[in-house]
Amino acid sequence: MNSTLLRTSALRSAARATASTVSRAGLAGTTFIRGKATLPDLPYDYGALEPSISGKIMELHHKNHHNTYVTSFNTFSEQIAEAKQKSDIAAQIALQPMINFHGGGHINHSLFWENLAPTSQGGGEPPTGALSKAINDSYGSLDAFKEKFNAALAGVQGSGWTWLVQDVQTGSLQIRSYANQDPVVGQFRPVLGVDTWEHAYYLQYQNRKAEYYKAIWNVINWKAAEKRFQ
Amino acid sequence: MRGISSLLFCFLPLLNAPGTCASEQQPFEFGDMSAPQYTLPPLPYAYDALEPHISAQIMELHHGKHHQTYITNLNAALKTQAEAVHTSDITTQVSLQQGIKFNAGGHINHSLFWQNLAPASSADAKTSSAPELLKHIKATWGDEAKFKEAFNAALLSIQGSGWGWLVKVETGKEQRLAIITTKDQDPVVGKGEVPIYGVDMWEHAYYLQYLNGKAAYVQNIWNVINWKTAEERYLGTRADAFEILKASI
Ligand SMILES: [Fe+2]
Ligand SMILES: [Fe+2]
Repeated sequence: MNSTLLRTSALRSAARATASTVSRAGLAGTTFIRGKATLPDLPYDYGALEPSISGKIMELHHKNHHNTYVTSFNTFSEQIAEAKQKSDIAAQIALQPMINFHGGGHINHSLFWENLAPTSQGGGEPPTGALSKAINDSYGSLDAFKEKFNAALAGVQGSGWTWLVQDVQTGSLQIRSYANQDPVVGQFRPVLGVDTWEHAYYLQYQNRKAEYYKAIWNVINWKAAEKRFQ
Repeated sequence: MRGISSLLFCFLPLLNAPGTCASEQQPFEFGDMSAPQYTLPPLPYAYDALEPHISAQIMELHHGKHHQTYITNLNAALKTQAEAVHTSDITTQVSLQQGIKFNAGGHINHSLFWQNLAPASSADAKTSSAPELLKHIKATWGDEAKFKEAFNAALLSIQGSGWGWLVKVETGKEQRLAIITTKDQDPVVGKGEVPIYGVDMWEHAYYLQYLNGKAAYVQNIWNVINWKTAEERYLGTRADAFEILKASI
């Protein structure tokens, strides 16, 4: 995951500094060494994506929803570390869905904030270079791609995300939808994601989600997508 | 309440048979590729009747827009399915299944949900309206408070969109109560399962009023649970619980 937003807190280096005399092997077994996940700052103001996404939505989404994923992920990470220490395999397995959900929520939102930008900072400007070429090769045109992507968003039954992903083996592009907070990991690399949980648009668009899907392209940061595309 | 609601449907214009009562409808024929068409059941109370626990704005959007969209999409899918059956197009039939489950589930769940809510000031919203069900709840969970605690925990554990239900499960002569959660719009239609009441945990059910504070929504929903409907469903059969759906064909 090459997101600069997915950083860990200073705790990690602080812990490392105070434990510098302990051997490497000793560190590996110490749960306190793990860095805690922290809420990344938004790279723009809450109101900067208006009128496509309201400031109120952005503030709640970032400060409340995303932050809850961060704190819950840290809580369950602690618990799974404890279970590991006690060699409690059943507890480790039972905690995995919580790690997937809250860790996924943290990863997804971190990538999402990055792949949005106000129009004054290039939001909505079409992709260039290799990514632009790959989209045209796969979908015919950017507009045809957006249409397919929006259809995928509309097809999500419940809460979830739609992503433009790159197959890490073949390098080819695909549009894939993921349920709830399932993150893009493994065979695929996330290039561009759109949150289609109702909290992402409801205060502004209510049940008219197609309008949200249309408006979000005005604030898509293709520069961020280009950096992820390899 | 339910009898009156059923009667109302007879006067609603039906898409494929204007002015006829549901019970008079002929079974559809594949010859003309018609399919059953469902209609939005009227709310058994006004949009603002559940305030302050659920706002009128939420109720109006939820019933008039969200529920209606499930019905519209269900009717379209059923029509396409009838055509695919007529033309022996098995691949289309299979490809339609998930969409039918989702949209039919949405219609089933919301139809049951409206009926299992009631204005907080009404007698129906008191647990005393469900004496037999309450006995069984106490026998299962110890007391009402422990039951509510367990139900709330189940609601808050849902990851993503879904529902929480109190369900009567009949296995042979035995029947037990269970709290279950379902994802997205999966309906409670398992063998021997009777949904007693459900709580919608999609964000659209509370977001305009509670924002990310879903724990407060979960607390407040108890004020508007229709225990009279719950008692009826507990004492009745599966067919009784789904009566409202038949009436809207
Ligand atoms: Fe979100
Ligand atoms: Fe709903």
